[in-house]
Amino acid sequence: MSEIQMILLILVACIAGLESVVDEGQGHRPLIACTLVGLVLGDLKTGVILGGTLELMALGWMNVGASMAPDSALASVIAAILVIVGKQSIGAGIAVAIPIAAAGQVLTIFVRSATTFFQHLADKYAEKGSFRGIEMCHFLAWTLQALRVAIPTALVAAVAGTDTVNIMLASIPDVITRGLQIAGGFIVVVGYAMVINMMEAKYLMPFFFLGFVIAAFTNLNLVAFGIVGVVLAVIYIQLNPKYNKSTVAFDELDEL
Amino acid sequence: MSEKKLTKGDIFNMFIRSNFLLASFNFERMQSMGFCVTMIPAIKRLYQGDERKQALKRHLEFFNTQPFISAPIMGITAAMEEQRANGAPIDDASISGVKVGLMGPLAGVGDPIFWGTIRPVTAALGASLAVGGSILGPILFFVLFNIFRLATKWYGLQYGYTTGTNIVSDMSGNRLQKLTEGASILGLFVMGSLVSKWTSMNVPLVVSTVTGSDGKTVITTVQTILDQLMPGLLPLALTFICMYLLKKKVNAIVIIFGLFAVGIIGYALGVLA
Repeated sequence: MSEIQMILLILVACIAGLESVVDEGQGHRPLIACTLVGLVLGDLKTGVILGGTLELMALGWMNVGASMAPDSALASVIAAILVIVGKQSIGAGIAVAIPIAAAGQVLTIFVRSATTFFQHLADKYAEKGSFRGIEMCHFLAWTLQALRVAIPTALVAAVAGTDTVNIMLASIPDVITRGLQIAGGFIVVVGYAMVINMMEAKYLMPFFFLGFVIAAFTNLNLVAFGIVGVVLAVIYIQLNPKYNKSTVAFDELDEL
Repeated sequence: MSEKKLTKGDIFNMFIRSNFLLASFNFERMQSMGFCVTMIPAIKRLYQGDERKQALKRHLEFFNTQPFISAPIMGITAAMEEQRANGAPIDDASISGVKVGLMGPLAGVGDPIFWGTIRPVTAALGASLAVGGSILGPILFFVLFNIFRLATKWYGLQYGYTTGTNIVSDMSGNRLQKLTEGASILGLFVMGSLVSKWTSMNVPLVVSTVTGSDGKTVITTVQTILDQLMPGLLPLALTFICMYLLKKKVNAIVIIFGLFAVGIIGYALGVLA
């Protein structure tokens, strides 16, 4: 790994860390982060494939309200570095990604607690009417999120590809990497469950089962499911008596 | 005294700043600094001296909602601050009231639309191309998702600012409830299809091996029987188990490790492949 690659890697790690908290451009999702790591390390294809594989495991992971999902930023960047530099299998990538996602979650919870310090500092700047001061607090807090991914990434990048690391990764028995890959095929149900629980609408569950059955017996693609879903939503709302009370009242008046 | 008015530039500045709403997210007041920083262009234009300090303090209060759907709230708040700066009888409580009153219901619309539907769908679309090694996968996800995101933020901010407090009457007639319900229907429908299509679970345990009269051997495994009943039954059951565990406040990461253990033990015993 050249020095320029090392610098670019740390930059990618910073982007992933910054995105992991604002959740705007999605640079912290495996699909983007692993691709960027692949681009920097000159093996775009492996990055894209690993990114796709991890993304399919992490669909539905989300930060809602105050609850934190496992951290995809740190997991994606480090797994991609180990797989590409150390020439490891995608299975080995999955094996390291999940424990790192757990560690990343702990790190981001720590940063989100530590940031309270800046919150109180911002109060002081508000007393003084200082725009600059509040902006500084806001963006300094943000840099902590970049560092929490960049520092572990730099440490891993420094040792990735060395014999010790490769021997360690190679010593993971086949039954574990293969088992993890199999689990990778259905781990995504955790994300689905998070989404369904978030909706909190038991009386709308028939739509879930309808989607399930149609998918089981047809070859519609995702775009088609999106369109059918919108159509069902529109029909449901148009026909729902709950939303049609006023028109009913008008009809009755007409009859009088 | 001439009337104070926000310029197009101020609104654009707010739009740019709104992209960093969660940058300083913390467990005490969550998005409060991000909201305040977004409001700064408006506060700078409208207030001087002590009023400025009070406006800053007002917007450092607790705030938390879905980040993209926050844009209309910012727009409405800017409109209210503008009216207040021009002498309208709007007090602190009514501005805070509108913010707090809207953040919950709008998060209820934004979460199912963005986290529950648009992101899983665009990500699954991109990832299914990416696992074949196509660079189009990540590009498609990035472009599609960000078009939805930026359009919501841009038009949401304009809408909030121009509609102002009228939004409250706009929302009567169940508009918000309709949106929430519609978004949840779409989200659940798509989740149902993903459970069936975007998971793979195979139980290769052989139930029977029958050699037919034509000499062909028909191997029946547990999976073939399950698939004849209904493809995707096992992931469906697993989804419901996960929902139950999450409701019981089991940490997602614990469930994920549990499922990995299932995968490893299942493979070792030859139950899963």
